[in-house]
Amino acid sequence: MKRHIDTPLTKEKVKEINAGDYVYITGTIYTARDAAHLRMYDSINNKKELPVNIDNQIIYYLGPTPAREGQVIGSAGPTTSSRMDKYTPALIERGMTGMIGKGKRSKEVIEAMKKNTAVYFAAVGGAGALLSKCIKSAEVIAYDDLGTEAIRKLYVENLPVIAVIDCKGNNIYER
Amino acid sequence: MRTVHTDTIIKAIKEMCIEANYILSDDISDRIIQAESEETNIIGKEILGQLVENMKIAKEDMIPICQDTGMTTVFIKIGQDVHIEGMFLEDAVNEGIRQGYDEGYLRKSVVGDPIKRVNTGDNTPGIIHYEIIKGEDIIITVAPKGFGSENMSRVYMLKPADGIEGVKEAVIETVKLAGPNACPPVVVGVGIGGNFEKCTYLAKKALTRNINTPSQTEYIAELEKELLEKINSLDIGPGGLGGKTTALAVNIETYPTHIAGLPVAVNMCCHVNRHISRVI
Ligand code: SF4
Repeated sequence: MKRHIDTPLTKEKVKEINAGDYVYITGTIYTARDAAHLRMYDSINNKKELPVNIDNQIIYYLGPTPAREGQVIGSAGPTTSSRMDKYTPALIERGMTGMIGKGKRSKEVIEAMKKNTAVYFAAVGGAGALLSKCIKSAEVIAYDDLGTEAIRKLYVENLPVIAVIDCKGNNIYER
Repeated sequence: MRTVHTDTIIKAIKEMCIEANYILSDDISDRIIQAESEETNIIGKEILGQLVENMKIAKEDMIPICQDTGMTTVFIKIGQDVHIEGMFLEDAVNEGIRQGYDEGYLRKSVVGDPIKRVNTGDNTPGIIHYEIIKGEDIIITVAPKGFGSENMSRVYMLKPADGIEGVKEAVIETVKLAGPNACPPVVVGVGIGGNFEKCTYLAKKALTRNINTPSQTEYIAELEKELLEKINSLDIGPGGLGGKTTALAVNIETYPTHIAGLPVAVNMCCHVNRHISRVI
């Protein structure tokens, strides 16, 4: 089924989403990939503040290409999520409710999603030009030194994703 | 003896890095368009439709097809009657990559040390394969390769007794394990024979062959066809969400090998299979 959701993504909204739904996301989301995850994970382990409040937020596993003059962002599709698996349960425990990436997730991630009410979306891998059109603003807000891997705050309009694993653990990759 | 200046090589590599990342070759793009019209799975068809639209936006608005603009593999065939003047050739190749990734607004995805992992900031160094050929030409192929699919690639040191059935199992197993991670529909490059490193080189090289040109060896061409059919019946589908378009093509390259071995490498590539060649 098709549904439109606005961020922040509260747990009540997460509960309504079922695996297989086409979801169009509007609102603020954050990007982070390997290097930013490692830093956030270290911050959590060292009991330090995270650079963003991830409570009820969605993280998009994305490292974009540089924007040309007049563009908000360059190509902006998902990267493979499984590389983030090691760090993800800790972020879900901290309140993150949504993730956008591509590919399979570990048992540990799915367990954390069920326990804490979170959803995993896939965007289409290799459709970065198309997806960039839904991004209306982009701003680096942390880990500037990481270049493409910095954390960005994005404002997206109707970003098309598919709910692959819902908060009940239903998984449309496992058919 | 013909003389070629490295400035010519730098410029060619720069331009090829840019073009490869914005425009897919016709064989790949035509096959994606054809797959969209033939796919019967609803989600699969929807995803292929997004890929067709994506290619159009990439070309018209000059936005790279995919944000992972890859680590740059460069194959250079150098005629033995060519003299190269100017700078050191390897530096010239990397300069071409540097300029291409800068001027082309491409992502810098290379870290200088595999453990310490600090980004080199200009996507260099590339992976360069030299080959000496007869004559006075220099033939350059630039193939930027994303790592979502690279990470799902595998090498098998099979036994001779495993034979062609063993090869088939290895390819199918690799595609299954890759599942949605390699951004299907995929192109599968297979290297059979040689030794440990030669088979991986062959698999990479196979990915640069036009997907409408089958292997020149008849039984290998049949194997390519059979494997493609088998892969497309796995129901992995576009994005891994189901359908009959799991692979666009299987390309196989072979080489003689040792009496005791049957090395097989499977280099997975996504539908953004970028490669472009020029003769200088
Ligand atoms: S595997 Fe290919 S399509 Fe997917 S993100 Fe990497 S480069 Fe892009």
